[in-house]
Amino acid sequence: MTALMPKLYGAEDPIENARWSLHDAKDRKAFFTDTSICIGCKACEVACKEWNQNPQDGDYEYLSQSHDNTGELGANTWRHVAFIEQGEDEVAKARESGRRLVSLGMPSIGPKTAMTPEQRADAAIAGGNVDTTPPDTPDFRWLMSSDVCKHCTNAGCLDVCPTGALFRTEFGTVVVQNDICNGCGTCVAGCPFGVIQRRDDGTISPKSEPGDHDDVKNMGTANKCTLCYDRLLDGQTPACAQTCPTTSIKFGDHTDMVDKARQRVAELHAKGMTEARLYGANPKDGVGGTGAVFLLLDEPETYGLPPDPVVPTKHLGQIMASYAAASAGMVAVAALAFLGGRK
Amino acid sequence: MANADCIVIQGSNMAEAHPVGFQWVAEAKARGARVIHVDPRFTRTSALADKHVPIRAGSDIVLLGAIINYIITNELWFKEYVTAYTNAAQLISEDFRDTEDLDGLFSGYDPETGSYDPSSWQYDDSGERDETLQHPRTVFQILKRHYARYTPELVEETCGISKDDFEYLAKSLTDNSGRERTSCFVYAVGWTQHSIGTQFIRTASIIQLLLGNMGRPGGGIMAMRGHATIQGSTDIPTLFHILPGYIAMPTAGKHDTYEEYVKAVGNKDQKGFWANGETYLINLMKAWWGDAATKENNWAFDYLPKLSGAHGTYQTTMAMLEDKVDGYFILGQNPAVGSANGRMQRMALSHLKWLVVRDFSMIETATFWKDSQEIATGELKTEEIDTEVFFMPAANHTEKAGSFTQTQRMVQWRDQAVTPPGDCTSELEFFHKLGLMIKERLKDSTDPRDKPIQDLTWDYSVDEHGEPDAEDVLREINGYHLSGEKKGQNLNAFGEMQADGSTAGGCWIYAGVMADGVNQARRRKPGQEQDEMALEWGWAWPANRRILYNRASADPEGRPWSERKKLVWWDEEQGKWTGYDVPDFPPTLAPSHRAEPGETGVKGLSGNDPFIMQADGKGWLFAPKGMVDGPMPTHYEPPESHVGNPLYPIQSSPTRVLFSREDNLYAPHVREAGNDVYPYVFTTYRLTEHHTAGGMSRFLPYLSELQPELFCEVSPELAEEAGLVNGEWATIISPRSAIEARVMVTRRVKPLQVLGRTIHQIGIPYHWAQGDEAVVSGDSANDLLGLTLDDNVQIQDSKHNAAAIRPGRRPRGEDLLDLIDKYRADAGITVDTGMVQLDRSFVQPENPLQAEQTVVDGSNRGRATISAGRKSGGDDSEKGSGAMTESSGSTGGDSDESKSSKHTKETNAAPKGSEGPTASSSGSTSGDTEKRKDR
Amino acid sequence: MARITPLNWPAVRQLTSGDLFGRGPAVKSQVSEDLTARTVTADSMAHSVCPYCAVGCGQRVYTKDNKVIQIEGNPDSPHSRGRLCPKGAASEQLVNSPGRITEMLYRAPRSTKWEKLDLDTAMEMIADRFIEARRNHWREKDDQGRTLRHTLGIASLGGATIDNEENYLAKKLFTAAGAIQMENQARI
Repeated sequence: MTALMPKLYGAEDPIENARWSLHDAKDRKAFFTDTSICIGCKACEVACKEWNQNPQDGDYEYLSQSHDNTGELGANTWRHVAFIEQGEDEVAKARESGRRLVSLGMPSIGPKTAMTPEQRADAAIAGGNVDTTPPDTPDFRWLMSSDVCKHCTNAGCLDVCPTGALFRTEFGTVVVQNDICNGCGTCVAGCPFGVIQRRDDGTISPKSEPGDHDDVKNMGTANKCTLCYDRLLDGQTPACAQTCPTTSIKFGDHTDMVDKARQRVAELHAKGMTEARLYGANPKDGVGGTGAVFLLLDEPETYGLPPDPVVPTKHLGQIMASYAAASAGMVAVAALAFLGGRK
Repeated sequence: MANADCIVIQGSNMAEAHPVGFQWVAEAKARGARVIHVDPRFTRTSALADKHVPIRAGSDIVLLGAIINYIITNELWFKEYVTAYTNAAQLISEDFRDTEDLDGLFSGYDPETGSYDPSSWQYDDSGERDETLQHPRTVFQILKRHYARYTPELVEETCGISKDDFEYLAKSLTDNSGRERTSCFVYAVGWTQHSIGTQFIRTASIIQLLLGNMGRPGGGIMAMRGHATIQGSTDIPTLFHILPGYIAMPTAGKHDTYEEYVKAVGNKDQKGFWANGETYLINLMKAWWGDAATKENNWAFDYLPKLSGAHGTYQTTMAMLEDKVDGYFILGQNPAVGSANGRMQRMALSHLKWLVVRDFSMIETATFWKDSQEIATGELKTEEIDTEVFFMPAANHTEKAGSFTQTQRMVQWRDQAVTPPGDCTSELEFFHKLGLMIKERLKDSTDPRDKPIQDLTWDYSVDEHGEPDAEDVLREINGYHLSGEKKGQNLNAFGEMQADGSTAGGCWIYAGVMADGVNQARRRKPGQEQDEMALEWGWAWPANRRILYNRASADPEGRPWSERKKLVWWDEEQGKWTGYDVPDFPPTLAPSHRAEPGETGVKGLSGNDPFIMQADGKGWLFAPKGMVDGPMPTHYEPPESHVGNPLYPIQSSPTRVLFSREDNLYAPHVREAGNDVYPYVFTTYRLTEHHTAGGMSRFLPYLSELQPELFCEVSPELAEEAGLVNGEWATIISPRSAIEARVMVTRRVKPLQVLGRTIHQIGIPYHWAQGDEAVVSGDSANDLLGLTLDDNVQIQDSKHNAAAIRPGRRPRGEDLLDLIDKYRADAGITVDTGMVQLDRSFVQPENPLQAEQTVVDGSNRGRATISAGRKSGGDDSEKGSGAMTESSGSTGGDSDESKSSKHTKETNAAPKGSEGPTASSSGSTSGDTEKRKDR
Repeated sequence: MARITPLNWPAVRQLTSGDLFGRGPAVKSQVSEDLTARTVTADSMAHSVCPYCAVGCGQRVYTKDNKVIQIEGNPDSPHSRGRLCPKGAASEQLVNSPGRITEMLYRAPRSTKWEKLDLDTAMEMIADRFIEARRNHWREKDDQGRTLRHTLGIASLGGATIDNEENYLAKKLFTAAGAIQMENQARI
């Protein structure tokens, strides 16, 4: 059974750590976003908005960022597709950096155990009749990637929320309860990925009439991806994953998603695409791994993702210890003073 | 498609335009298939492909022709398939002459009309075949000679594709074709929207026949069509030249008698199912005119109106400008934005007496009278526009029941979810009511012209809201028995149709959609519970076949070519065809059967004639009929090309349909002076985030925010050359108009080296429009386009046009016209520029590949140039008909086209007929008419 | 729905639920407790087909009180497998767009504005105009005396996004009326 005391930081099983086992715990759910097959159609962005009835974002501006006119995740946009155009040098660099990751045997990357080239080829061929010749380094490529809330194993937003508006669900996801949220914004600073935002007037463009939903819900509160909590409750797939035309966004049990991600990276490596690597699949990273795992084809920074995100509560233990020591000292001083005063 | 071993996507941006269909490409790729994207731009499709091959727009036949040459020269064709299933062995008439013999023309060309007499392209009268394919007059040898000069070197010079890339493409196709493997082609409007677009598709068909990829799983040529039921609206056509089921409309002068007409509809002397054409026609006439259609009155043949030439949408637009059209119905379409030469479209609307627009939102076609570009330039004034406009709100797809036919001919039924709000009505209700009202008004008329309306069958059951029962209409489309034991019952297949008036059916190819009285299009057995053909989901015409001509998936003896590519086969024990798909062949016709010479129709088919809709049961490498511009595809340059035709002294298609008018000016091509004024190529296209002219996307915030503004894609090299900066503005100027767009500098567009010069291509999506009602607005790319049509299908050339580009926004108001004028004057443009039908002004240098692009000083320089818009030649420019200036543009894109219905087309060519000079604009110019083909 | 009692005060739940830091069951709100997908509480679901491109993706249309509340892909469809592109995914907004016009509008000749018009009146006006235009531009014979029996007074454009049955009625009516200028997106 479980230890009596939940861990403040460092839990590996977020569902257990919130003591859902005493209620109705479910298997942890997760996304695996395979950017190598994303076609940048943005169906995920729209299906998400439509299901969650989120308002249109921004001011209908052309952002001069390839086909990306969404810009970033925010209170109204819970899926965001990035577009990155790269030339030959960047491709070669990505391939090289990925190759080095593999040879370092980093836990989050690549197959669990190193495979010989033959094994790799076999593994790839097992799926069908796969062309195993490594591709020439293309002189150009266009990366597309659909970003989303990471639903961290150790979630900064949740840890810092003073009201209990953010909570860990029985699916291991992190959800804002807008009926509780008072809009204090602490969580915004607590997220190492910059995902969660407060929905405020500035985000509603006057140009949206006549295209405006008449009432904007959840104004003034924090908002982000819920991994479609309401749909999960009814056994459905989140809207973005269901709509994704090429299954770039996959949804399922966390363990299956991580396994699939590892398999896929091995497959790509076998084809010579050493630029492939995983993001968020390492339980030892600064947020304890994520509930949204990504297969990337370059360094995370290329996609606007932090290379080494750390949950702010990671050092809370030490801080608390120092704080406790300081408090104890102060209490002692006060006590001494009191005692002294009695004299 | 998921079964393909190699997929070549050319003339289509499938991942962007058909993302959900693209899942099958992704799946094929995951299974190991090679995916190659050939396109002027690197798009979201290219991003997922194994390789992107950039190509100069309009040069596709050179590339594909070179693949044909590669296949033949290297003996890589599928010999058993080609010999048995194609017309390769057929001898062609002695009178036939190839373009190689006649400097770019086939035999039969009439320079007066700019058209061909195809009689010399026929099979030799002897009907002889040479199965060794050695006879010089066999189709195979003719084909071999025709493409001999289409070499990798020519591809490199003309298309801008390296020899290595060509080799990769050709080898990928040939390595992945044969008994064990199949390859497929995917195209869309990137092929159809050219003056020789139909021939692009033909070239791919030839490749697929040579490689044995037709009628087999993972093979074929997929037409990716752009609208929910663009296929259905071709099958049950809202098109001028055909009746339901691809039955040709009669044309005066060609089909003046019933006998002449029946011969054109379905010549009884041919093999295959079209020999029964008259039966299909009679069933249609019985469905429409019931008892009034009798054998005695030739099934009411006189009730059918006769065509007098091409009445395509662009010809009609020009008729409007001449005040020949009073009223115009626009049904879910936005021609002010979506049609080529947008200004001509909008000016035409101002000439109407009345306009009915049926749509969900206040689209620009409905508001042209108050917020169009021409109001801004002062060419039109709201207070002077006489057009009455009716905006009728339409019911959407959830508010009515009915069927759509998707791109692979599958008919799917939609159930009604809710009733329409407010005044919204379905088109079904609208047309039904309109029909009732017209019938009521004419019921006492004695005018014979009103008889077809009085006798029209029009009794459909209606619900309490006045909405007709769509299934009732589908029943009529399907057909039913009029007499006999089964009276009142639905037909189960088109084979049940009788030629004696005892059955009726509105569209023969849809017979069976209501088989057994059950709406087969409404079948929804989950895909998970079926095999991959999923025959119990919806219904595909004809007869629920999913892959056409699938007899070809088995060898001549009826055995699958390979286990891996098994689809249908002959079951000797049962004495019938069987398999995973519904066999597209007479079910008990044994492979060994040979028809008696002289037998026709279905009886004329032998057991090895898989192409049952063709007049000889074979796949046509060489098309003796059906194509108006030649039996084999031949490369001609686009009308505004910057390079000379490297193959022939003839620059552009000798049969293209030209409109020499002041509102349709063309840039000088390379052989004319002034070509350098519009030095770049632009090509228009769609984005994933928007839909065609924007009526269903620019009014939605969720889609508008994803692509809020018009932009143009340019290479870093062009940006440097023209001084363009990423994110800032550029103005693009064509001889028709000038538009502004945000600049997207991207390495996804590459300059190409073609025939000794650098060709820069500019990509422009066409979804935006000037107007006040949509969530986002912008200039319309189609305003830039001119009108030149492919004579086969009357589709415009919108994928390759010439333009200039410069930094900054465009001028406003009348100043815009000055800018357009200035460029025209610099180029010396007149209405004659680029309008010579058969332009041989170019002297072919000895080595075409070294051709210097010398400019023949055309007689144009120094002639009066046309001034934009304002009164030029002194005619009454008041209302804009002739004197308008020019303007713009095009289409958008979507043309989806009826080219995809090839098999029916080839036996039923669109009637072509010329209507005399009616379309030539008033006020426009004179001279040279004899060289032009103005329709 | 449980009423609030001291027993389910958050602080109490934090202790009783085992979720001592208040990051899970202890802080689950009543709204979260009652949450359910609106597809589950819909009145009905109709099978439909996406109205945008020609792939023909299956759609499920969920309704409540005669209003569409959700449209999503139908996983049963063998060729779309429940997936939709951004346009298909925006179908609900197409249906319920605040920019949608639901009343009949009329612009008179030379007018600068729209005005409302009764739908039936509009239909009568259009029927009258149809007949008049047909007469105005009727061509019985061509200049060589060959029968034409058609009118150039009326044209139509559209059809690629409306139903087969609708196109059928339109083509039937136009052809009977001799109105041959009927075209759709297939040629644009």
